Amino acid sequence: MTQDIQRMSRDQLAARVARDIPEGAYVNLGIGAPTQVANYLPPDREIFLQSENGLLGMGPAPAKGQEDPELINAGKQPVSLLPGGSYFHHGDSFAMMRGGHLDICVLGAFQVAVNGDLANWHTGAADAIPAVGGAMDLAIGAKQVFVMMDLLTKSGESKLVERCSYPLTGVSCVDRIYSDLAVIDIDANGPRVIEMVPGLDIETLRAMTGVDLKFTGVQA
Amino acid sequence: MISKLFDSVAAAVADIQDGATVMIGGFGTAGMPSELIDGLIGNGARDLVVVNNNAGNGETGLAALLKAGRVRKIICSFPRQADSQVFDALYRAGKIELELVPQGNLACRIEAAGAGLGAIFTPTGYGTALAEGKETRRIAGRDYVLELPIRADVALIKCHIADRWGNLTYRKTARNFGPIMARAAATTIVQADHVVALGQIDPEVIVTPGIFVKRVVEVARADRLPLAA
Repeated sequence: MTQDIQRMSRDQLAARVARDIPEGAYVNLGIGAPTQVANYLPPDREIFLQSENGLLGMGPAPAKGQEDPELINAGKQPVSLLPGGSYFHHGDSFAMMRGGHLDICVLGAFQVAVNGDLANWHTGAADAIPAVGGAMDLAIGAKQVFVMMDLLTKSGESKLVERCSYPLTGVSCVDRIYSDLAVIDIDANGPRVIEMVPGLDIETLRAMTGVDLKFTGVQA
Repeated sequence: MISKLFDSVAAAVADIQDGATVMIGGFGTAGMPSELIDGLIGNGARDLVVVNNNAGNGETGLAALLKAGRVRKIICSFPRQADSQVFDALYRAGKIELELVPQGNLACRIEAAGAGLGAIFTPTGYGTALAEGKETRRIAGRDYVLELPIRADVALIKCHIADRWGNLTYRKTARNFGPIMARAAATTIVQADHVVALGQIDPEVIVTPGIFVKRVVEVARADRLPLAA
């Protein structure tokens, strides 16, 4: 009965996150992997993408030759504005982010703790140059905080941990983890696995993470 | 007749002093007032404290000011980027001080200064290393960190269209920190893509009213876009 674990690729994971973003949602996609979620939002669903540098109604990258150096996203890549989109200054932008006006933000993570603490801005290494950007505002400001990450590090350690060893971005702020192996909700009772990839079983996942996991609607 | 227009960048930035705190608009290079920064390099002021979202890109603009050794300290949210080699080298050599501020706190501390507030309570950063040692307060069941305003002696910003009273509009995502920095500095100096006659900017679309602006200089970059008809 055993089969190989069908780990999700980055693109599959982005598509999985996109499935859960409903019509009408105001959404900020963090820089890096979360940006790819935009590629999988169905064109017939109206979703408002916000970018911290002052635009709402962000559209895809323009055609080659149509780039405008004054129209970029948070990752400083050229983007476009959809009809109905708007520009605004940083005070307004962070009022949207901090003030609870965004329905969903999607962030990457180094670690997430079982209580929802998030670490994603700094490894704490002595020679690392720290940079935080808007991550701390999104982490505590969006109505729902989704994390998109590999569940394990390259060396096989769980990124879902009892307590973050990296410096925190926000306290008890993560609502759901979309990982390459499982989708895990986090609430006051801790992490609860709601989906696993084919080939993965509960005991294997427990052994991989080493934290207390609950399961809902997942086959053993 | 009141005119805030200056004929040259050099004249507009001539009195920036050693030790000044200088806000510089822009997010990456979008909205960065590169010609004003070049003017500041030419002015020779040193020991500056710079407030910007980043810490320079490539070798021009803010990066060039850092490379010239004029900046003692930078207050920013996101110094480390693929092309921040100038800052990275200075930081690793211990030649520049960094105050790292979450981007939204940077924005609202600047806003607080411009609005005359004494401090703000923000939820951002609570429980993190960036709030260590700061006063906190629980208000209506939520935890906040006390953050102080960031004021500046000078703000250097870029706008799209200006008039001689200093009314400004911006272009696309080059707006970013411009409007809030314009309010937080004793002297706000603007480089404009275009300067037009009074009344030519629709008052309904003015983003920065002239009261926040002291000086305007038109900088006609080779690649500047024409005014929309």
